[in-house]
Amino acid sequence: MNRINKKLQEDKKLLSIYFTAGYPKLNDTVEVIESLEKSGVDFIEIGLPFSDPLADGPTIQASSTAALENGMTTEVLFNQLKDIRKTVSIPLIIMGYFNPMMQYGVEAFCKKCEEIGIDGLIIPDLPVQDYNENYKAIFEKYGIINVFLITPQTSDERIRFIDSISNGFIYMVSSAGVTGAKDSFGNTQETYFDRIASMNLNAPQVIGFGISNAETFQQATSKAKGAIIGSAFVNYITDKGIDKIPDFITTIR
Amino acid sequence: MSYFVDENGYYGQFGGAYIPEMLYPNVEELRQNYLKIMQEDSFKKEFDELLKEYVGRPTPLYFAKRLSEKYNTKIYLKREDLCHTGAHKVNNTIGQILMAKKLGKNRIIAETGAGQHGVATATVCALMGIECVVYMGEIDIARQAPNVARMKMLGATVVPALSGSRTLKDATNEAIRDWINNPVDTHYIIGSVVGPHPYPDMVAKFQSVISEEIKWQLKEKEGKENPDYVVACVGGGSNAAGAFYHYLDEKEVGLIAVEAAGLGVDSGESAATSVLGNEGVIHGSKTLLMQTKDGQIIEPYSISAGLDYPGVGPLHAHLCESKRAEFISITDDEAMQAGLELCELEGIIPAIESSHALAVFKQKEFKKDDVVVLNLSGRGDKDLNTYIKYFKL
Ligand SMILES: Cc1ncc(COP(=O)(O)O)c(C=O)c1O
Repeated sequence: MNRINKKLQEDKKLLSIYFTAGYPKLNDTVEVIESLEKSGVDFIEIGLPFSDPLADGPTIQASSTAALENGMTTEVLFNQLKDIRKTVSIPLIIMGYFNPMMQYGVEAFCKKCEEIGIDGLIIPDLPVQDYNENYKAIFEKYGIINVFLITPQTSDERIRFIDSISNGFIYMVSSAGVTGAKDSFGNTQETYFDRIASMNLNAPQVIGFGISNAETFQQATSKAKGAIIGSAFVNYITDKGIDKIPDFITTIR
Repeated sequence: MSYFVDENGYYGQFGGAYIPEMLYPNVEELRQNYLKIMQEDSFKKEFDELLKEYVGRPTPLYFAKRLSEKYNTKIYLKREDLCHTGAHKVNNTIGQILMAKKLGKNRIIAETGAGQHGVATATVCALMGIECVVYMGEIDIARQAPNVARMKMLGATVVPALSGSRTLKDATNEAIRDWINNPVDTHYIIGSVVGPHPYPDMVAKFQSVISEEIKWQLKEKEGKENPDYVVACVGGGSNAAGAFYHYLDEKEVGLIAVEAAGLGVDSGESAATSVLGNEGVIHGSKTLLMQTKDGQIIEPYSISAGLDYPGVGPLHAHLCESKRAEFISITDDEAMQAGLELCELEGIIPAIESSHALAVFKQKEFKKDDVVVLNLSGRGDKDLNTYIKYFKL
């Protein structure tokens, strides 16, 4: 069974962290992952940086630009991760935009992920339909789970369709917007969280975008299986350095 | 082979809608409605009326006698430079502002590089009394001060794009992010035949008035609708799409797309996407784009801000791959000389984008009785500073 599915069966609320590979320094990637696992994080999204990350807010734009300037590439990332399964056992997901994967070759990319022990991919700009028609078979061949996004604007009908082709979890984007830290969620979010919870979907939901602290983590996971923190974590390591990662995680739960 | 968009939003292998789920409802709403709205009588009537009374269409198809003599062929200039606001861009913004109104949107966003599309968008927003926000790279804001001032006078808010290389591609990213953040009340007026389906098709259709007019105008002047060649410059490709549109299926009409070679195709400072680019995804569309082997988008260079884009629209990628159109590249120097030549021979100061198209006559020889229609996409007022610097005027 894929590590993601196993993790989703655990009887607890899941905390996931997103960070940009190759940031703050090119060779920090592995240390960040190891430190996150030791701090009790349930799974990790490793951001493959892209020059034009159009679903991301200023924080992740800046970390992506810095990582690229540091010399991060797809090849470098795969090299950094080649022995990651010797030290890390929690699920690992690569999150990145479609163009770098397309240039590497979607099949070659998935194959490499399988070799390394990457469990899933999140590709915000790969349309659901395109995946379903052209890439699903490849992902399945290499046992890679593709994670789809839904937003407050996604219709029930489309959510049902996305649920029907999801074999891991559904990534619930918390509000209409790009990535970025928020201090709290308002009524609109609560209503949306409730709406999705009441749909009784097959795939568990994990909420991301705007989760930044214990309060937003608590709000999100009261309605969903887990929550993902991205920008707030990137901001934190920008300010405090990667040595302080455990301190950040203890403030969340 | 078809050169028109298929029902899935593709031109051959190019096109589609590679957008994050957050944009799906907006783009889907547009996709489901744009053709229907464009066919409504009330829409057509208002669009045609505004093009006539406000933009000043039809624009002349002018026989350039002295230029023709010099190059020993028959050259007609399609005078898009005489459109209100100084370029073809306004054909599209008129269409899209009417579309936005039909869709019930009350806020407009746009990206701009040189500022021409920003000005054309700010203009139609002023005309309709609709809020307008234009994203423009911080570096472009500094290089194109007069157009920034024009947008402000027209009531638009100009927001600097501070991310990435702080030019057109980043302004486009910022506009897309704004749309993600404002999914309900906002319409994004994209400035060329780029972006996710249905934008390339919608913008091409709004610009197709150019070739629609060329057909009847040429019939009046030459007794035939079809020239031997149509020539246009390509940034994203909207003026070329408009000039080519009604000739795409007319095999005997040669289509020539002119890209900016910058300092030279091999100089590392170029925007010649058809030569330097390969298939990839940019701004929601699968097309030809300039990128590293890792798939990071490369910042292009051209003296002309309007051609300074790392991709081309998917229609043009298809025209290039299928060889329906011939793609040529023109350097900064060749374009500047061709621009000056038009001033001296015909008394017309062209936009530097259009000057690239004009340089075709130095690179390609036409027959004496060939009829060549060249789309003069814009006027040179906006480029005066660049001309002054270049020619030390
Ligand atoms: C006068 C003029 N011509 C051409 C272009 C290039 O755009 P497109 O290729 O979409 O026509 C621009 C863009 O700003 C322009 O201002």
